[in-house]
Amino acid sequence: MKPRTTLTTAVATAMLSLALPAMAAPDPNDWDAVLQAAEGQTVYWNAWGGDSRTNRYIAWVSEQMQSTYGVDVEHVKLDDTGSAVARVLGEKQAGNMDDGRIDLIWINGENFAAMREQDLLFGPFAESLPNFALTHPDENPEVVTDFTLPTEGYESPWGKAQITFYYDSAQTETPPHSIADLLEWAKDNPGQFSYPRIPDFTGSTFLKQALIELSNQDDALYAPVVEAEFAEITAPLWDYLDELHPYLWRSGRSFPESGPNLRALMSDGELSLAFSFYPTDAAVAVMEYELPESVRSYVLEGGTLGNVHFVAIPYNSPHKAGAMALANFLLSPEAQAQKQSLSMWGDRTVLAASRLDENDKALFEQGEIHPSALPADALSNTLAEPHPSWMTALQDAWLKRYGVN
Amino acid sequence: MVLLPAFGYLPVLGADTFHLEAWQDLWAHAGLHRSVLLSYFSGLITALVALFIVVLFLAASQGTWIDRAIRRMVSPLLAIPHAAVAFGLAFLIAPSGLLVRWASPGLTGWERPPDLLIVNDPFGLALMAGLILKEVPFLLLMSLAALPQLRPEQRVTLARSLGYAPGIAWLKCVFPALYPLIRLPVYAVIAYATSVVDMALILGPTLPPTLSVSVLTWFNDPDLSRRFMASAGAVLQFGVTLAALLTWWLGEQGIKRLCQRWLANGSRASGATAIAFGGRALLLAVTLLAISALAGLALFSVAGFWRFPDALPGTFTLDHWQRILPGVATPLINTLSVGLAATLIAAVLVVATLEHAARHHLPALRAQWLLYLPLIVPQVAFLFGLVVAVESIAIRPQHALVVAVHLLFVVPYLYLSLSESYRRLDPRWVQVALSLGVPPWRAFWQVRLPLLLTPLLTACAVSLAVSIGQYLPTLLLGGGRVPTITTEAVAMASGGNRRLVAVLALLQALLPFIGFSLALMIPRLVWAKRRQMRGAA
Amino acid sequence: MIPNLQSLHIKQMTITLAGEALLAMHCDIAPGEVLTVMGPSGSGKSTLLAYLAGFLSPAFQAQGELYLGDKRLDTLPAEQRGIGLLFQDPMLFPHLSVAGNCRFGLPHRANDKRQQVAQALNQVGLAGFENRDPATLSGGQQARVALMRLLLSQPRAVLLDEPFSKLDTALRQEMRTLVFGQLREAGLPTLLVTHDEADANAAGGPIIALG
Repeated sequence: MKPRTTLTTAVATAMLSLALPAMAAPDPNDWDAVLQAAEGQTVYWNAWGGDSRTNRYIAWVSEQMQSTYGVDVEHVKLDDTGSAVARVLGEKQAGNMDDGRIDLIWINGENFAAMREQDLLFGPFAESLPNFALTHPDENPEVVTDFTLPTEGYESPWGKAQITFYYDSAQTETPPHSIADLLEWAKDNPGQFSYPRIPDFTGSTFLKQALIELSNQDDALYAPVVEAEFAEITAPLWDYLDELHPYLWRSGRSFPESGPNLRALMSDGELSLAFSFYPTDAAVAVMEYELPESVRSYVLEGGTLGNVHFVAIPYNSPHKAGAMALANFLLSPEAQAQKQSLSMWGDRTVLAASRLDENDKALFEQGEIHPSALPADALSNTLAEPHPSWMTALQDAWLKRYGVN
Repeated sequence: MVLLPAFGYLPVLGADTFHLEAWQDLWAHAGLHRSVLLSYFSGLITALVALFIVVLFLAASQGTWIDRAIRRMVSPLLAIPHAAVAFGLAFLIAPSGLLVRWASPGLTGWERPPDLLIVNDPFGLALMAGLILKEVPFLLLMSLAALPQLRPEQRVTLARSLGYAPGIAWLKCVFPALYPLIRLPVYAVIAYATSVVDMALILGPTLPPTLSVSVLTWFNDPDLSRRFMASAGAVLQFGVTLAALLTWWLGEQGIKRLCQRWLANGSRASGATAIAFGGRALLLAVTLLAISALAGLALFSVAGFWRFPDALPGTFTLDHWQRILPGVATPLINTLSVGLAATLIAAVLVVATLEHAARHHLPALRAQWLLYLPLIVPQVAFLFGLVVAVESIAIRPQHALVVAVHLLFVVPYLYLSLSESYRRLDPRWVQVALSLGVPPWRAFWQVRLPLLLTPLLTACAVSLAVSIGQYLPTLLLGGGRVPTITTEAVAMASGGNRRLVAVLALLQALLPFIGFSLALMIPRLVWAKRRQMRGAA
Repeated sequence: MIPNLQSLHIKQMTITLAGEALLAMHCDIAPGEVLTVMGPSGSGKSTLLAYLAGFLSPAFQAQGELYLGDKRLDTLPAEQRGIGLLFQDPMLFPHLSVAGNCRFGLPHRANDKRQQVAQALNQVGLAGFENRDPATLSGGQQARVALMRLLLSQPRAVLLDEPFSKLDTALRQEMRTLVFGQLREAGLPTLLVTHDEADANAAGGPIIALG
């Protein structure tokens, strides 16, 4: 028996040693090697699939990746990014170290923080991507900061979002221009505004927006929540909401399910004022027959919350080279320009104009600006996202106060 | 069974902290008791009302052409996926919905939608209405499959000759015999309704939502520590479902006692007119509601901008279809291949089991409860555990795994739909065949299967519809790599673009609809010249 | 076409259910002879038929032996016993035509199937009925097709399970004559189970009373 055991061990060792080099993650700094390894790989990109324009853009990216790099990109359409995080966590629990089902995730904020904390991400890789320099991180710290957390190269920037309000100009002449105004407006127009039910992402963002304004941008918001101070800092928010809720849609007894639901309710004429994370959302909705052409977009006078969304690679992705090639392509001027064009998607670029040559800049020249879209200069006033712990704390507190009607 | 370890596997998430902290968090969660009560009552009420409607219709039904027409309209409704019904219904009854649009401003004077909490109402009425729309066709189909063995005409004729009005005769003579045969389907309805996620997300209460929705939210929460609470919640969900089933069972016992007296009290006509009218009216209402919901979807799938309170969209466009269609080839093929594979395997397994039992004169298995476990244990409760279990034995998600997990849900439904017809098939058919010197396999292929063709095809159509409707199992066990029309539809639904959702919902309804149509048409074509076979259909 | 005729021997048969004896029988049935077993319902008539035909539920225990000539049958499965059955209902397969029903029992390698079926139908006055749907036949016609289907399968013994009880009175007498005539002509040992004394008289053979 003994020789045979030894033989088995030997074979197993040999197989392991054969397998290991293939499994080892490619070095992001050796870009040629990355591209070489990427060729022929299939990258399973888990990304929220609720928007047909995003889906269309990803399909376009997939074609480009196939023809340029020989990388096959499969869009796994999620209804909730959380389910992808759950999957990676499950794989880690089960001890799947190198054959995960997910190669790239569209992610930011809380989900990124959670995955980092559980050590579920591969990296650092982002800063080694050749196109990363085009984002000019020194001047644009938001591309390396996600809800105050430094990304440390564990996710690569993809696009920009900012809270943008919109209203039907045919029905509403003077929309509110601050959180305080909003309360007065709601009193004058009861039942015509609402925000998505917490813990929805967009709904939670509204809470943060209100809190930033009502607390005069308290510095404490940009550090982890200190429990002792939480009640005091958030007191103005709860006072505000207590006063606002009776004037909301359904008198605050029910809230829309998600951000996109606000748009559907606008479309049905139930709401007269709504907001979205995507500055071009209203314009796109007009093009998609969801909203009337009289819809106009704007941001609050004191600025609105904005953030960058990213792509990240799970620690056990078997196609890291392909995923990096994809992340790099997403940062190319060509891909970013396509993404920004209203006819494709309308998501703002993360590239810095100062880093682009004239040809590349020309790619971003839009034709006419859509009348329902936000004028380009309106977005200069961006408020930074608070520390992710605020999101969770605000959600819990909200659910305690308003979660049962 | 793989289920129990998968279910028991969940505590691994929290190791030793599982028992205490997670449960404390759960109990402390605001609105938990409301969530629990909502799940519990919506399950019971849904089953009660759906059963009531079906029974009343069957009692009223005299086999006239109207009754047959209503029946024929109902069965294809089973094909419409739950989520599609929910979307359609929500749009129908919302304050800005189709019904209000048609009545406004002419009848109501409303230029703006009224600010009324109809959809997502705190009592879950909209949710229950949606569930009832889906469960009535299911219970009706199950009843119709079980009825012929009871020879209801003979029983009713006998009772009528004793002076009973037809509806009363049916209730007193047929229903008591029918109920035991459709009891498991009723339990499946209760279990489903207490733990449903997709319909509850669209129609259900929000502050707080039903327990199953809360559990799913916790599972998907970016804060990974929520998973412990989610696991505890999943266990609680199982408990709620069991409690609802137990309540129903106790109710059954109580009603059985109470009804002994009613059955024998000799009252022959009281309530007969109400039954005759109400039975048809209720089922007709359910059918029309479901069809209008579907019509609303169809309208939206070609709608341009549609301002409230216009009765119709201002413009029509095919843009939405053109946007969706190019991308649905793969999902459609996956849906069909997984659905057909699961149905075929399930049919072989179930028929083999039933044939084995028939040949060896085995009584209905006590172990069949095990088969129904996947229907009774809420999906959220064991699927996450199953994913970890499958991962840890290094089986990688793929088509085969999706088919395998679909089997967990398809087999019970197929068994549910087929076993009674199979078992009740007159044993003399096969005895005659054997006594004519034909070997058992020929008796099976040439006598048993042809005689059971109609119920077998119906059961397969039900199974196909069940497979097509699976969302969580497909997503989780497929690792996202087996996109089906349902995963596409659910992902799109999260974007709230009602026009595109309508297109996908209609596509999602298409395949099962074709399945049911085939199940209806094939026997008609094959038995075109065989009167008795058509009569049996 | 008549094969060598043999008797059916039921030897020391006892059937018990859960240790309780239900019925016992020991008898021989000669070729062409009809043995009538009479008894009220519940006397075990159907259990007896199930035993002889090979369909006895495992809940019952049977002892004794069943022979056709010197070939032991009780150890064989139903389809190899060569014992034909006629029930109260004609049990014509509703998914097959009249001819399909008749051919169903024909031995696989039989020649001239079509002709045999035509001849058989002709014999009972149903010439040209081959393509008819059994559901369109009258009760008497169905009973005759069932009889011919049985005979075409070339059984070596026949069991009759109250075969006339569902026919109306006029037809009953006619069918009795036909069935017993045909069976006698074929020289088959036959066991008739009935509770109708007229059946027994028409059968003209020995009578055993059960119960």
